[in-house]
Amino acid sequence: MQRLMTMRDDWHRFLDSDLFYSFKGSRITVVAALVTVLMILAALFAPWIAPHNPFDVATLDLMDSELPPMWLEGGDARFLLGTDSQGRDVLSSMLYGLRVSLVVGFAGVFVAMIIGVSLGLLSGFLGGVVDTFIMRVADMILSFPAILVALLINGVALSFLPQEVMHDSAIYVLVLAIAMTSWVQYARTVRGSTMVEKSKEYVQAAKVIGLHPLLIMIRHVLPNVLGPVLVIATINLGLAILTEAMLSFLGVGMPPTEPSLGTLIRIGNEFLFSGIWWVVIFPSLTLALLVLAVNLLGDWLRDALNPKLR
Amino acid sequence: MLSFLIRRLGQSMLVMLAVALLAFSMFRFVGDPVTNMLSQDASVEEREQLRDSLGLSEPLYVQFSTFVVQAAQGDFGISYRNQRPVSELIAERMPATLELVAVAFIISLLVGVPMGVYSALKSHSWLSHVFQTLSLVGISLPTFVTGILLILTFSVTLNWLPSFGRGEVVNIGWWSTGLLTASGLKSLILPGIMLGLFQVTLIMRLVRAEMMEVLRTDYIRFARARGLSNRAVNFGHALKNTLMPVITIIGLQLGAMIAFAIITETVFQWPGMGFLFIQAVSFVDIPVMSAYLLLVSLIFVVINIIVDMLYFLLDPRLCADRGTANSH
Repeated sequence: MQRLMTMRDDWHRFLDSDLFYSFKGSRITVVAALVTVLMILAALFAPWIAPHNPFDVATLDLMDSELPPMWLEGGDARFLLGTDSQGRDVLSSMLYGLRVSLVVGFAGVFVAMIIGVSLGLLSGFLGGVVDTFIMRVADMILSFPAILVALLINGVALSFLPQEVMHDSAIYVLVLAIAMTSWVQYARTVRGSTMVEKSKEYVQAAKVIGLHPLLIMIRHVLPNVLGPVLVIATINLGLAILTEAMLSFLGVGMPPTEPSLGTLIRIGNEFLFSGIWWVVIFPSLTLALLVLAVNLLGDWLRDALNPKLR
Repeated sequence: MLSFLIRRLGQSMLVMLAVALLAFSMFRFVGDPVTNMLSQDASVEEREQLRDSLGLSEPLYVQFSTFVVQAAQGDFGISYRNQRPVSELIAERMPATLELVAVAFIISLLVGVPMGVYSALKSHSWLSHVFQTLSLVGISLPTFVTGILLILTFSVTLNWLPSFGRGEVVNIGWWSTGLLTASGLKSLILPGIMLGLFQVTLIMRLVRAEMMEVLRTDYIRFARARGLSNRAVNFGHALKNTLMPVITIIGLQLGAMIAFAIITETVFQWPGMGFLFIQAVSFVDIPVMSAYLLLVSLIFVVINIIVDMLYFLLDPRLCADRGTANSH
């Protein structure tokens, strides 16, 4: 009961906060948040709300292939957005694809955050050779476009892993590739604030009482440098989803057996000239809408939390 | 400036060496290069001969230095898939990519800069708001989705423009150009727009932000106080000072465009280096992969150095105060 009370207090405090006020004031942000939440819910409950199971070969019927969306001539009420060349329901594949895209996006951002924050902490706290080395590597990665670094990591993984293993581990390789391209931003930010925190008295005090440096870093410095990290994470989510989609579109991401939105677009793209445009257009628009909504949210959060713009 | 330049060159060499090491270890440790290069029915003697000619029995550091020396001379070995020298393949594909990037770059400048200047000067007009909204959509729209939409509209539905390949090309020496034939030029339009569109939004936002910053400064206010015409203030004073940071960032974007061309080339089946690279990735054709990586890294490093030097040329203050160039 006590716990419930404090939770309710927190909720009320959140509703009163500047952040929520600025959120309410920006109509486009509210819409973006709604779209994002709806998409996440749709992805989460895909197995329950999808009208068909696109991976269950038994239910597929070639007679149903290449049906247009139901409001067009020849459409079938069972398939709201039409079917692809193998008779799979486009809406259902899209819901499952959205799921994969979001999982990879979130996981990529999460792993990047862990790598970036730890390296940034180490770099800022230890200084010296460690700092120089980490920051030079960061400079190097930053001087190449993300897509190239991601392709490189994917290419290397593809060439090291045998084909059969690659199919199952594609998702891990993708997450790693996305993380490797985007950890630098976290590392730089955390390094900067760690260097500031390091000279403060509480850290000095912790040192004097003989705490292990690792403990000081994690228990004392880390909570104080995490603020900006969450903003960067929100902004990078859109980028992570895009990178995944690009790699899958190029054919080095998720395999067709476990398609993401990017894979669906790639497959649909092959049928562009046979006139079945709905197979490629709906996943494309979903992806664009998702990225736009997430980007709008990220932009708003950055501005709302930026003390210079208040 | 000289010491800065030397340090910068040193750093670039290190970057190139790191990329070379990566490329080398890919070549050396992914599968057996000899098996990859020869056909299935090669005899044992042939294998041994190739092994010796590749120097695979030498110590690793000797192999690496040979690899670096050969790569520096443009010798990247033989493609596993095509059984042809990689340098030949790349030289064949390079003109296509460079022409595409050049066209896209020009499109993005011609559209992006005026849009940015306009929305900075008339920041409250409705057209500026339209530009702002469009740029947000443009940044969020994945490039391959743009490409697919373009093909669907202009190739499939309207049937105006070709959707794949380069059209007819004319060979001038080893350079094959699509700029001299009607079908070549037509083929360039859609891929050029697709690759340029993302840059348009970026350049527009950048020019707008920088110019609005400049317009707020004292010397602009003073120029207005002196009674100079709007035209002289806006274009003679403000735009000139806006362009410096813009040029440097646009320069860096040129490198990014070569990398992003991979996606455009895949969508339009454009026979450039990026398409070659993607095909190499799916066939694990490592010599081609490593050659492409080394080449693109080299282009990047060179562009980075040129941009750094541009700072010195464009901003005389930096020659007096060298520290700022590094901290940037």
